Amino acid sequence: MRTIDLVLTNRYQDSVTLMQVAIAVRGIPGIDDASLVMGTEPNKELLREAGLLTAEGEAAGPNDLIVALRGGDEGIAAAQQQIERLLQAEAPASARQREAAPRTLAVGLEALPQANFVLISTPGVYAAAEARKALQLDRHVMIFSDHVSLEDELALKELAARRGLFLLGPDCGTAIIGGVPLGFANAVRRGSIGIVGASGTGIQEIATLIDRYGQGISHAIGTGSRDLSREIGGSATLSALAALGDDPSTSVIVLVSKPPHPDVAARVLEVAANCGKPIVVAFVGADPQSMGSAVSYGESGAPAPVFVSTLEEAARRAVELSTGTPPAVESIDMSAVREIAGRLAPQQRYVRGLFSGGTLCYEAQLILRRALGEVRSNAPLAPELALEHTSRSIGHTCLDLGADEFTTGRPHPMIDMTLRLERIKAEAADPEVAVLLLDVVLGYGAHPDPASVLAPAIEAVLAAASGRPPVVVVSVCGAHSDPQGLDVQRRRLAAAGAILASSNAAAARLAAAVAAREPQLAAPQQ
Amino acid sequence: MGSAHSIAALLQEGPRVLNVGVRSFTEALAAAGASYLHVEWQPPAQGDPELSRLVAMLADDREPGSLGARMREANDEALRRILAADPVWEDVRPAREIWPEMDDGLLLHAGPPIHWEHMCGPMQGAVIGAILLEGWASDEEGARALAASDRIRFSPCHHHGAVGPMAGLVSPSMPMFVVRNTAAGNLAYSSLNEGLGKVLRYGAFGPEVIARLRWMCDTLGPALQTAIRQLGGVQLKPMIAQALQMGDEAHNRHMAGTSLLFRALAPALVRALDDRERVAAVLDFITANNYFFLNLAMAACKAMMDAGHGIPCSSIVTTMARNGVEFGIRVSGTGDRWFTGPAAIPEGVFLPGFSAEDAAGDIGDSAITETAGLGGFAMGGAPAVVKVVGGTPEDAVAFTTMMYSITWTRNPNWTLPALSFAGTPTGIDVRKVVDSNLLPLINTGIAHKQAGIGQVGAGLVRPPMVCFTEALRALADAVLGGQCT
Repeated sequence: MRTIDLVLTNRYQDSVTLMQVAIAVRGIPGIDDASLVMGTEPNKELLREAGLLTAEGEAAGPNDLIVALRGGDEGIAAAQQQIERLLQAEAPASARQREAAPRTLAVGLEALPQANFVLISTPGVYAAAEARKALQLDRHVMIFSDHVSLEDELALKELAARRGLFLLGPDCGTAIIGGVPLGFANAVRRGSIGIVGASGTGIQEIATLIDRYGQGISHAIGTGSRDLSREIGGSATLSALAALGDDPSTSVIVLVSKPPHPDVAARVLEVAANCGKPIVVAFVGADPQSMGSAVSYGESGAPAPVFVSTLEEAARRAVELSTGTPPAVESIDMSAVREIAGRLAPQQRYVRGLFSGGTLCYEAQLILRRALGEVRSNAPLAPELALEHTSRSIGHTCLDLGADEFTTGRPHPMIDMTLRLERIKAEAADPEVAVLLLDVVLGYGAHPDPASVLAPAIEAVLAAASGRPPVVVVSVCGAHSDPQGLDVQRRRLAAAGAILASSNAAAARLAAAVAAREPQLAAPQQ
Repeated sequence: MGSAHSIAALLQEGPRVLNVGVRSFTEALAAAGASYLHVEWQPPAQGDPELSRLVAMLADDREPGSLGARMREANDEALRRILAADPVWEDVRPAREIWPEMDDGLLLHAGPPIHWEHMCGPMQGAVIGAILLEGWASDEEGARALAASDRIRFSPCHHHGAVGPMAGLVSPSMPMFVVRNTAAGNLAYSSLNEGLGKVLRYGAFGPEVIARLRWMCDTLGPALQTAIRQLGGVQLKPMIAQALQMGDEAHNRHMAGTSLLFRALAPALVRALDDRERVAAVLDFITANNYFFLNLAMAACKAMMDAGHGIPCSSIVTTMARNGVEFGIRVSGTGDRWFTGPAAIPEGVFLPGFSAEDAAGDIGDSAITETAGLGGFAMGGAPAVVKVVGGTPEDAVAFTTMMYSITWTRNPNWTLPALSFAGTPTGIDVRKVVDSNLLPLINTGIAHKQAGIGQVGAGLVRPPMVCFTEALRALADAVLGGQCT
């Protein structure tokens, strides 16, 4: 067993590509561990911690690709032989085409002068500079990248606002504009409901539910996770609301976010209430009543905003406002819930949620807290509920596996299930666990076939010989037209023994009902 | 401001997307039928975040009156002057007539400033040869002692409006081409090309080298002076244009340029001189030297680039030159300051019996041709030059294509048939170099590292990135400090 670092100089590749190649390299017989990273200081630190950094890797620069390999001689030789082919396979264009392709944003815009939008997903440390170049060249910008400073975000959003341009992000995971999915997004049908949100999976959940209720989306505009903070002041949200207010293809607007800073909430609600269109506000975690009293209405004659507390409710009310008819309410089979709960041993009391979507995790905590009491998390509802060690769950626990502490140097759990599979196994082995609660996010950018990985893990949990297995409750955030196929994914997970809920909120309610042995908790709050 | 891309238009028309970063995001764009382009993005400035920000601060800007817009105006003006330049070869004069102070012991050399003790072998050899030519010492030892003393002063050719290939040595007796940019009136000078083999510019200083130089001072220079004065000048811009169409790239291939010059010059020489043997000797000399046109092309390029120099806020490179130890550039908007870095060893094709081990560091003012959009920048139109510098004709086209992404414009006067008559990439923008990590590509001769041996090969070389990053910092200091407002 030995460790070597191959350094390919001036060979920049994006991190998603590198992670995909790393997964393939780890599959080579005789390879114990492999990592492909660009030679930045933080990346080298990660390699050092993993024991994968050699003197060669140490000498690499930020534009040099480090291929770190640990394994037997034969495995390493095989990996060395295959690495170039694997890298090439991830780049569909030929080497010569790549040579001729534009290498900078400015040259790219010369090659596609009609471009009106620049999607930036570079490492965060460079993203603000790229965004500035694009704004100065009069293009709208979405920054998918995170790790952009607040100061940069503010400066960029001021620049964008001055020039009448969109600056969506940073940390804007999703948008759908005019039917075009940007970043992580679902293939939802087009329609008349517009969404504005600071929350990526919040937008995805609402958009896919609207799609499943038979309606469509005009535009879904992500604004970046910090847009509604006091410092940023809702800059992107305000311009998105104004744009949807004026947009002839939008008849109803949904505004979704975790609770904004109160000053910002007041300003945003003021604009929302006066945008001239019916609007549904889902500030997930805020008290709808207190929000409603904060709004002063203008003379637009538009109806008062509808405040809701779940993503599912946001989608339902938007459809109702759009069509005049609410989607049919799903009936809950209370006896089935009772039957499921009856399989559990008395000491199986706790819900353990393992999430890939940050807002989905947050929403689940809110629902579980109301039904069950305290829920701990790495992304908790209140600071005192923070887990001391994220590696160990306590009581009811919901983990956001997409949070920084789990994703540094690792792919997002929507792409790579490795961490979630480990955690499923660990939680299932806890005799006090009643319910494993999972989200599965489909769409562009997500894992190409999540059920193919999760279903065997769920089967293994449910087939465990020792003790009684927990109940596995899953909600799939996806549209029928998503590349993974919503029905196929749901069927496969159900066949593995998971109980499929119709939404993230429904899954959390069901989990609470089972854990508490109170079937009525599975019904939506009225 | 009146934006061509309002938010309302974006929502109505949908996004047409430039994808910068994760390639797989293009899959959704393709599935939705959106128009898009993926950029093979790399971290700018070789991954230095602070410099990346600086590039963005100085980047182009559509808003009138903004910093980026003012820099664009400055660069447009620099290129307007460069492209408007009309370099005409109008005279040949001894260096001492042009720069009388040379007789006090001033020698000109290629590249950025350098002292005797730091010079590379070939440049020291050329200094020795120049001192012997002037009769300031009688042997190598005496010449070395003199060169090391304070009786000899060294100064870059570029500080005197001049350029010289390889060592670029100019001493008072040497005849100089005089080229005038008739559009702006500025003058540029270059030495006369000695031919190949053992020559001063490669550091040779043996008796045959000195004898040839003396003949050039006594016979060639005066003969060309008489002829060109009678001709009333030769326009170099159209001659270079023709040479490019005939397969030269005007740095390492001058078959066409030299032939075209011969055609213009021969009748004038015959008319100007009574002595048939002298005429024949001059024409023989030009005929025997495929590089004879190089020095005129360099002077033409120097006259053009000087016309675009010294424009506040302009990020256009107006000088690239090497002294064998350091590569130096100068930028229009930062005045006469040099930005230097270590000279690389060129990669290329070596003459029989030599290898990269024998090569000296990159040397010569001839990179003024690339600075003006010729040489490596025009390689795509000169497939035959790859026989000299290595590579394939496809590589040559790819090189020219790449240079478009670091230059400001295309020269409409100099077009390349092989690239569908595209104009040569012209006006290196320091910002674009740092942004793209793409360095200018230079075709060059390779000198032996020891004095006196001469040329050992030819090949390709790039400047060190530090020249451009330091230039960018200086430019940022100037423009962010208010030079552009």
